[in-house]
Amino acid sequence: MMRKLIVGLFIAILPALGLAAGASVPLDTMEPDHTNKASLQRGAALFTNYCMGCHSMEYARYKRVSDDLGIPAELYEENLIFTGAKIGELMKNSMSKEMAASWFGAPPPDLTLESRLRGEDWIYSYLRGFYKDESRPLGVNNVVFENVGMPHVLTGLQGLCAVEPRIGEGASVDPLSGDVRNADICPEWETEGSMEPEEFNRAMYDLTNFMSYMGDPVKVERERLGMFVLIFVAIFFIFAYLLNREYWKDVH
Amino acid sequence: MNKLVNWVDERLPIVDAWNKHVGKYYAPKNFNMWYFFGSLAMLVLVNQLVTGIWLTMSYNPTAEGAFASVEYIMRDVEWGWLLRYLHSTGASAFFVVVYLHMFRGLMYGSYQKPRELIWIFGMLIYLVLMAEAFMGYLLPWGQMSYWGAQVIVNLFGAIPVIGDDLSLWIRGDYLISGITLNRFFALHVVALPIVLLGLVVLHILALHEVGSNNPDGIDIKKNKDENGIPKDGIPFHPYYTVHDLLGVGVFFFIFFIVVFFFPEMGGLFIEKPNFEPANALKTPDHIAPVWYFTPFYAMLRAVTIDLFGLDAKFWGVVVMGAAIAILFVLPWLDRSPVRSMRYKGWLSKIALTIFAISFIVLGYLGIVPATEGRTTVAQILTTLYFLYFILMPFYTRMEKTKPVPERVTG
Repeated sequence: MMRKLIVGLFIAILPALGLAAGASVPLDTMEPDHTNKASLQRGAALFTNYCMGCHSMEYARYKRVSDDLGIPAELYEENLIFTGAKIGELMKNSMSKEMAASWFGAPPPDLTLESRLRGEDWIYSYLRGFYKDESRPLGVNNVVFENVGMPHVLTGLQGLCAVEPRIGEGASVDPLSGDVRNADICPEWETEGSMEPEEFNRAMYDLTNFMSYMGDPVKVERERLGMFVLIFVAIFFIFAYLLNREYWKDVH
Repeated sequence: MNKLVNWVDERLPIVDAWNKHVGKYYAPKNFNMWYFFGSLAMLVLVNQLVTGIWLTMSYNPTAEGAFASVEYIMRDVEWGWLLRYLHSTGASAFFVVVYLHMFRGLMYGSYQKPRELIWIFGMLIYLVLMAEAFMGYLLPWGQMSYWGAQVIVNLFGAIPVIGDDLSLWIRGDYLISGITLNRFFALHVVALPIVLLGLVVLHILALHEVGSNNPDGIDIKKNKDENGIPKDGIPFHPYYTVHDLLGVGVFFFIFFIVVFFFPEMGGLFIEKPNFEPANALKTPDHIAPVWYFTPFYAMLRAVTIDLFGLDAKFWGVVVMGAAIAILFVLPWLDRSPVRSMRYKGWLSKIALTIFAISFIVLGYLGIVPATEGRTTVAQILTTLYFLYFILMPFYTRMEKTKPVPERVTG
């Protein structure tokens, strides 16, 4: 209750502080939930299978993910580490930066902190924002990141939209029920994917949620601890108040 | 215990020092909530020193390792994330309490005779604090660290003749590099904290020599009882030590809400581009200094005309420097016969209000990207900022002041 009040208060104040975020591309909103371990596990699987070939998460360790997400270490090593790394190592990949630069123009960025750099809304929208564009070297473009140098890795799942998909028109996943709203963002498909639009949206929610967790893995613990600290300070204040009143009785 | 105290006291005047600065330091009894911020600044200083020492144990001051070592602190070091957020939030909190502390001084005339030196030491603390914060901000080696430092160091390049050599000398390289990072680290963790602590000692020694001002701006030493104790004074300990605990409680409550729930403060305390490692080949879309520098940054950008064959950028630097320099001479600009705003005339009250609003709005304008309209507003506000000081000798003398009571009120 108290935590909600505090969070609500600050969320109300923050926009008033008026931080211009820069880019004004409309985005869909994504509300991360770091306590939803099933979602984070699915996200981890998607990230490892589809993203990690090119993108590292080199500031984080496999072991931490395995512990935090409740994935047994053996299972993790067997299924989610492809580089032969030990579970205590940093999450690097085997693509050399020089080679990558010559293939894509620039090496694919490390994504450990992407959620804190761009925000969850941006990632969630970007992942669903690819469409067919023959004028681009890789045949695809993105409504959120114009002229992006990344191929549409998830074509097999999503399919390829023939025209610009509708991003920023209220597509969302309810983190509690898992309900997907306005998932059908593509009016015309070039190729169909293996997932239904709702399914794909939910998968992208999980992937974004995982990246959000990776950017700030201590969030749940931090907020839990924060409540105890605030309660302690409040009790401290009561005693300080009483002590102060006792002493100041003599001052007239 | 008593024997030990006596043994030491015969060799070092600890009882004397305790009495002079705490036990028998008589402070006016009418302090209000504006008087919390001095002790809170001390509290934040201790926080910065302690967390800073522990951060140094895991930080790697090289261009290759700095960014990764900060993430190492955040992820692998036990309680590292807490140390770092306490330190980064503490930096902003330091400026919050120092700005409020300075505003208190402006409001109650705490800089007036005989407290000129206290004010000057305080201003020097503020200057060193700005240097400390600026150099500390480079250390995480993120994009905003890098480009912020690039922009600020390049300002020195606007000085005619010696400018380019000067900024080269500061950087130690042709652009911000690992060399710059190393020297900023040395200054941030060794040189400046020593200077800062020395100045804080001088600030407090000077204060305890002449005594604290109060919201009425009355000299409490004029009214002493038969024992030579000011009638309106109370010993700092225990009265103000327990009183300051209340301030500490309220401060910690707000401080910890930020530390535990909003450590980035929506990009104000930790700017978003700083989650990307420094890259000399990629300029961020919008470079903004951290919020506590933005009023001066807005003044810098407000100057858009070339004058006397010199670049507008140079005059911007001059204006920015003058905005800080003019604060130093404040004790000699105020010609009012009274200290406190309570007894000054309405001209002083309006002037201080306009000044405070100008400063805050300039702070906002320094965060957001400049547009033509915003630059015009910044120019007007910069003018108002300076008028507060330049006109002070006149309006403080012209206006009718209220009679000051003999004894403190409230």
